[in-house]
Amino acid sequence: MSASQYKHPDYYLVDELLTEEHKIIRDSVRDWVNREVKPIIEEANQKHQAPMHLMKMMGEIGVFGPFIPQEYGGAGLDYISYGLIMQELERGDSAVRSTASVQTSLVMYPIYAFGSEEQKKKYLPKLAKADLIGCFGLTEPNHGSDPGSMKTNFVDKGDHFLLNGSKMWITNSTIADIAIVWAKDEEGIVRGLIVEKGMPGFTAPETHGKWSLRASVTGELVFDDVKVPKENLMPKTKGLKSPLMCLNSARYGIAWGVIGAACECYDTALRYSLERKQFDRFIGSFQLQQKKLAEMITEITKAQLLAWRLGVLKNEGKETAFHVSMAKRNNVKMALDIARESRQVLGAMGITSDFPIMRHMMNLESVITYEGTHDVHLLITGHDITGIPAYK
Amino acid sequence: MKILVCISDVPDTTTKIKFAGNKELDKAGIQWIINPWDELSLTRAIELKEAHPDKIENITVINVGTTASEPTIRKALAMGADNAIRVDSEPKEAYFVAAQLAEVIKSKQFDIVFTGLDSADYNGSTVGGMLAELLDMTSVSAVSGINIEDGKVIVSREIDGGTQKLDVQTPFIAVVQKGIAIDPRIPAMRGIMMARTKPLEVVAPANIDNLTEIVEYEMPQPKGKCRKFTEENVNELVDVLHKEAKLI
Ligand SMILES: Cc1cc2nc3c(=O)[nH]c(=O)nc-3n(C[C@H](O)[C@H](O)[C@H](O)COP(=O)(O)OP(=O)(O)OC[C@H]3O[C@@H](n4cnc5c(N)ncnc54)[C@H](O)[C@@H]3O)c2cc1C
Repeated sequence: MSASQYKHPDYYLVDELLTEEHKIIRDSVRDWVNREVKPIIEEANQKHQAPMHLMKMMGEIGVFGPFIPQEYGGAGLDYISYGLIMQELERGDSAVRSTASVQTSLVMYPIYAFGSEEQKKKYLPKLAKADLIGCFGLTEPNHGSDPGSMKTNFVDKGDHFLLNGSKMWITNSTIADIAIVWAKDEEGIVRGLIVEKGMPGFTAPETHGKWSLRASVTGELVFDDVKVPKENLMPKTKGLKSPLMCLNSARYGIAWGVIGAACECYDTALRYSLERKQFDRFIGSFQLQQKKLAEMITEITKAQLLAWRLGVLKNEGKETAFHVSMAKRNNVKMALDIARESRQVLGAMGITSDFPIMRHMMNLESVITYEGTHDVHLLITGHDITGIPAYK
Repeated sequence: MKILVCISDVPDTTTKIKFAGNKELDKAGIQWIINPWDELSLTRAIELKEAHPDKIENITVINVGTTASEPTIRKALAMGADNAIRVDSEPKEAYFVAAQLAEVIKSKQFDIVFTGLDSADYNGSTVGGMLAELLDMTSVSAVSGINIEDGKVIVSREIDGGTQKLDVQTPFIAVVQKGIAIDPRIPAMRGIMMARTKPLEVVAPANIDNLTEIVEYEMPQPKGKCRKFTEENVNELVDVLHKEAKLI
């Protein structure tokens, strides 16, 4: 039951490809976003404040770790469900979706995939309920697209590891109780450590002045001789492949998530075009505006089909990182283009916070950069089809 | 205590209603939802069970409907009902539905039965009352609140200028309206997953006749064009109101 005006575009009846359960999941998250996110998000964005009260609620509704098995506090749902959840959260705001992506794919997933049984039992149920908030530290000040060259490292001191280095652009860094930190061991192999808030030598200063994802906190992680207990090393992490597997899961969610942002912008522009009159006609009756709207729905439809197919492949265990790169890149660009075009349909109104478009547009500038930039994903596809990596 | 929530499967309240001919609803493209009052009743039932796990042992939802209403039933299970019953039949009219419900309620024991004041499709407002009559059961209408206080079931009703509180003996039927719960419960992801394995019992309908039949539906007349009158032609306005609109 939602009183929202939003009408979800489904031009190719993609709904028919979903199960009844998928639709209940999607509609539940949509209702939750209408009730809890939409009324507060413009102000949170304007004030550059993360709506912290949503964390617990997200834990209760179960959008953290939906594909993690129930025994560890997840819901044990499939990947299309995860995608639909991300889509609906991002229709609300990319910052809200980012929090869920980080908590699910970048914190819970690595603990589930690479952690010891004790680590899984200790952290996963609390992360699912938002009793603990996590962050993921891979990017460094001097190593973004090339994380393999990272400098953060740890040495074995017998009864503990000594961690040094710093991470930058870390979503939820200041509010996180635990950080999944990627660092090199003495042999130069990338491993994952669970660093807890309050460990001496560990600080997390905030990055101020963002014009994007303003309803989420971004910051640094600084490690100055941090003694990390040995049991906090995730035993099955080995090499850069481990964090890349996490990114792959998060990127999958982004490929779905941005469809939500795009649909919200398109829906807003379509409705506006049929209400606003100039020269005595609805602006939606002018060919130029129709071209914009028609192209938007075409691109949304293509993105929906791409995401759905990727979801099926992922459910069947057949998806590759290359598939995910293509969908992340295509869909984020699609959403950003739609945000820009739909903003123009609204004229001056489009720049205000009375409408969600400009906020989505600013958010999507981060989304097109994080989790592998638009350029780098193209090079990944290039690598896959030619066999030659152009980025190295 | 055992609670039964009667749920009907109705078109989303924002649906633009169309008819196929003048006797049948055109169901194409309609999004079906739990009747809003029923969704709120179920929400309140779940809240009561959460607050009094020692008192309320089970919440059942029941629907008279075809397989088409199963997504709605699954949603009710995802929200938190423990089990569901579907009486496998097209719900054509109120008496038929009430009589089918009565058959099931007779064979199983429930302490509180919730029905909505009306359903958002035909707004008949009759099932609750008929059900009480058919079962010869206590019923309270226009219920806007229900609580368990000191082991007693306290029901509130909005009356002119105030609220009436009743201490009601179970079993009874609560015909609910606005206020019963604030917002409907949104299913959590775990709940949706758990709903997969919750029992949904399909029972054959009892042999009951429909007592009413829909003769015809008629759409409201389309609104006429807006006409503007300025101060200068007030006389023309009076003329139109008198002769055309026949209002004065
Ligand atoms: C809001 C926000 C939140 C973030 N959250 C996290 C987080 O939680 N955890 C985390 O670890 N990181 C996070 N990041 C970091 C993000 O993943 C990086 O910004 C991203 O990987 C790009 O790195 P960079 O910014 O250093 O850009 P650079 O790598 O310096 O890239 C700059 C430009 O050069 C291009 N470029 C780089 N290499 C090549 C190449 N080989 N060929 C062609 N072009 C190239 C890029 O495409 C880009 O256009 C976040 C970023 C933002 C903006």
